[in-house]
Amino acid sequence: MSSIAKELANPDIKVPAEIENNLIVTSIDKIYNWSRRNSMWPMLFGLACCAIEMICTAAARYDLSRFGMEVMRPSARQADLMIVSGTVTKKMVPQIVRLYNQMPEPKYVMAMGACASGGGPFKDGYNVVSGIDKFLPVDVYVPGCPPTPQALLHGLITLQKKIDGQSIRTVRWYQPGAEEPIPVPILGPDLIDPRQATLLRQRAAEQAALAEQAALSPAEPPAAG
Amino acid sequence: MFGTGILKGMGVVLRHLLGSYADDIRYLGRKYYSPDPKQLLARQGPKGKGAMTVMYPDEKMPVPEEFRFTPFLVYEEKGAEKDYRCTSCGICAKVCPPQCIWIERTNDPKTGRPVPQPREFHIDIDICMNCGFCAEFCPFDAIKMDHNYEMASYDRTVKHIMNKEALGKPLSYYASIRPRNFQREEAARAEEEAKKAAKAAAAAAKPAAKKAAPAKKAAPAKKAAAKPAVKAAPKKAAPAKKAAPAKKAAPAKKAAPAKKAAAKPAVKKAPAKPAVAKKAAPAKKPAAKKAPAKK
Amino acid sequence: MATAELNNLKLKAEDVKLNEAFPEAVSVETRKGYSGYTVKPENLVEVATALRDRYNFKFLSSATPVHYLEQGQMEMVYHFYNLDAGGGAIVLHAQTSHDAPTIPSLTPLFPGADFQEREAWDLYGIKFPGHPNLKRILMWEGFNGHPMRKDWKEAYYEQDGKPYDTRWPGGQVHRVEDKNPFGNNVAYPDGFTLEGWSEQAERGLYEAMPVDGKGVTIEGMQTDLVTVNLGPQHPSTHGVLRLIVTLDGETIVKLEPVMGYLHRNHEKIGERNTFIQNIPFTDRLDYLTPMANNHGYVMAVEKLMGAKVPERAEYLRVIMDEFTRVASHLWWIGFFLNDLGAFFTPALYMMTEREMILDVFEATAGSRMMVNYMRFGGVARDLPPGALETLKELAFERLPRKIDEIEAYLTDNEIVRSRCIGVAAMSADEAIAYSVSGPILRAAGVRHDIRKAEPYGIYDRFDFEIPVGQTGDLFDRYKVRVFEARQSVKILQQALTQLPEGEILSGKQQYQARVPAGEAYGRIESPKGELGFYVVSNGKPNPYRYHVRAPGFINLTSLGKACQGWKVADVVAILGSVDIVLGEVDR
Repeated sequence: MSSIAKELANPDIKVPAEIENNLIVTSIDKIYNWSRRNSMWPMLFGLACCAIEMICTAAARYDLSRFGMEVMRPSARQADLMIVSGTVTKKMVPQIVRLYNQMPEPKYVMAMGACASGGGPFKDGYNVVSGIDKFLPVDVYVPGCPPTPQALLHGLITLQKKIDGQSIRTVRWYQPGAEEPIPVPILGPDLIDPRQATLLRQRAAEQAALAEQAALSPAEPPAAG
Repeated sequence: MFGTGILKGMGVVLRHLLGSYADDIRYLGRKYYSPDPKQLLARQGPKGKGAMTVMYPDEKMPVPEEFRFTPFLVYEEKGAEKDYRCTSCGICAKVCPPQCIWIERTNDPKTGRPVPQPREFHIDIDICMNCGFCAEFCPFDAIKMDHNYEMASYDRTVKHIMNKEALGKPLSYYASIRPRNFQREEAARAEEEAKKAAKAAAAAAKPAAKKAAPAKKAAPAKKAAAKPAVKAAPKKAAPAKKAAPAKKAAPAKKAAPAKKAAAKPAVKKAPAKPAVAKKAAPAKKPAAKKAPAKK
Repeated sequence: MATAELNNLKLKAEDVKLNEAFPEAVSVETRKGYSGYTVKPENLVEVATALRDRYNFKFLSSATPVHYLEQGQMEMVYHFYNLDAGGGAIVLHAQTSHDAPTIPSLTPLFPGADFQEREAWDLYGIKFPGHPNLKRILMWEGFNGHPMRKDWKEAYYEQDGKPYDTRWPGGQVHRVEDKNPFGNNVAYPDGFTLEGWSEQAERGLYEAMPVDGKGVTIEGMQTDLVTVNLGPQHPSTHGVLRLIVTLDGETIVKLEPVMGYLHRNHEKIGERNTFIQNIPFTDRLDYLTPMANNHGYVMAVEKLMGAKVPERAEYLRVIMDEFTRVASHLWWIGFFLNDLGAFFTPALYMMTEREMILDVFEATAGSRMMVNYMRFGGVARDLPPGALETLKELAFERLPRKIDEIEAYLTDNEIVRSRCIGVAAMSADEAIAYSVSGPILRAAGVRHDIRKAEPYGIYDRFDFEIPVGQTGDLFDRYKVRVFEARQSVKILQQALTQLPEGEILSGKQQYQARVPAGEAYGRIESPKGELGFYVVSNGKPNPYRYHVRAPGFINLTSLGKACQGWKVADVVAILGSVDIVLGEVDR
């Protein structure tokens, strides 16, 4: 039996010895997950320092193609996996969300490095988003600043394990009804998440009221927060 | 022209291809899945000629000693108890460039003085930039940079803010990943200890000799006493220090090497007299803790 | 040219007495720790013209805004260099009130000031009358305020300077952004709506592009100009750069880079940091050359501190810098070929060599890329046992052999030659006017290298040459970089044989460095060009001003001009030849 057959075959169902080399009995989930995880095409999409380590992972020494992932697709339409490799800035996040919406399902997102996971060292900055998971559903987080190529590979293997545990019946993209695209953030006075529009309007009204109050009684400092 | 440049270029590629086979012959039988990292490194190093792929999950590129990933807290094992070296002095939190360290210090309820152990210690590894300043500037060798890079997870909200428990790793682990640094630091610590012991011995030469008689009970009792009252006068601690060697009936100078050996449980072979060494260690510890608080 | 003017060509900065030439307009800087002159803003253009035409200080290296909040002043600091004579800079300070800051633009005189003035407008709100295209560059139109001003606060503002008080001793874990989804300090207009914002952010970008005008006329056919976006997500923009291109058929009519997609507020964070905390942040500027970034920054601060660097540390710095240069140039060659269409194979070869160098960095400094290696007054760690042998093996055996191989592989390749020769040629005068630096400047035929012009560290002890090109086209840029890699290997061979024993760090490192008040500008020849750090200290633990003169950012100024008239396919190659790294361009 080849190694692939061993990986896929259901050990509970006995196959007669004479056709053992020709027949595998397996479940749809298993074969579906197996084929999906072994040909994940990442999007050719680098943001910052982590992208350099991602390129190094794809290069000679660490060789991403051993995992069937060497086909980096520059177009979101052909990609399965988005590796968010680097600092997500407020100016860039509308584009990232748009790219994610363009990816066909099933799609996975990996937050590579501290910045993409939670803002990283630049979290203090006025133009930095504290983690891509504020906008996209992230499947795997890879810590490190930057993660070494081996750490990234470990992250990819972790993602493969996650895929192995999925079932066609429960994954969100095969549920009835079309999935809503994620609303694209707006570049306003600050970054605006359309999902928070009501809250923001409230906030704007509050600010206006406070400003009015301050005009009447300048002594009181506005309580923000 | 006429394509000669392209042909010449193809020659380079061909040579590289053949180089891979030359390497295979040179490192015969060790092409992939080499169990010995040194052989892997030889092929990966500047002498390698051809393909150099590391078959990652099956064979791993060994990381050098100085390699740093996320920080961890060093603790010394005292049976089941973990004795963190951290004194919550806060230097790492102050020097941390992205400010990813949060330390909660506590005061002793009785004396109101700060306790030299952090109540809680948090590092947000989603902010950490792996720069290693915390380890570099820690005066107590209490926080060090880890070698473990395989930390990918599915959920950051729970795993990525690491608390004292998650950050703690035993001293023996530190000794195993950074043997050279460990030895250098331990030697420096032992020297410091010896200096302090000599000073204390000189200061309390006479009363110590008399108090040495009930030494057997003094050592553990003093440990408990010395911890809350950090700023206690050095005189009190001095007898405790002397106690251990006194019981062994050995000269005070010998204590230093014994302590040094005790501090390296993993790397070095067991010290000549383990019983003595073990007793020396608890006596040493409160004294070591006191040094920062005094400053 | 008159004889007097000929003599001026070799003028050093200290020979020029601007205050005597312009007694009413210019005065010698008197603030403690500062150097150069103070110029009245209304006379700035006049003085700068004289500097350029009369004194041959043609190279406006950097234009840096500084906000002095207490004095209520906004200041622009200009560094002018004479490339023929070498040596230090003539520094001009022009001050204006910070309420409605206005300083005349130098862009008509020095096109290289274009992006820098736009950055000053974007981040500081300084208006530059006379600037042809003054709009935001790093942030977007419609953003609330000018973020680098000292009185501007971030949404999650904690404190003016690190260390933050919340961390110790009462440290509680925050994820403020989870508790307070909008943050404070952002002003939303009353009756806030979502509509129109994004258009506002985008509109300004297209306004400058020509829309009318005739396209190519082919017999019986009339075409229009087309405006196309390249990026920010595009495989050959080397990151998240965006180019707005107006095309006439396949030919570029106008090209404008749009940046800021990786603007991660390096300078604002740098001013919150303490001095030493900035060292690991500099690694992330140009993440292909972290050692050089470290070196530039520590040099600037060492100038302020007056710190001495031990001999061995100086050698280690040179060794690390030069290995970085080789690694960076190899990386560039690989990806330049990628841009030309030789997909990934050359890059694989170059990255293999880079991995060798990164291995040494990892063993010495602790990390492959983010080295955090240099300290004020030395370096952090000595070479580990065995590293010197590896380094020697690399410098004497492997790298020279591999560079020969690269030449055999690529230099005579017919496709490379036909794609490169004659493309985007740049004259020396043009390169200087655009403040271009590094290999591109040298490819244009200007023999200028800071390692020779104003030697820093111990570079004056090594024997090496500066390559220059003739035409400044892509092939010259390629050849200059290959030659430079060879020269770096030559320096490495000398440095590795001479490497003395001894200290690597002078004095005990303090976690809060004491830096006396004053300004300092430290510049080094990074693989990308002139990398400068302008640091102002007011004696406090945090730098008052921390500015990076990023070579990639300023080299991009010339891109629009260089691409004009070339085809779309060439844009990718021309952009590749500039060798940008977005971490540094956007900071």
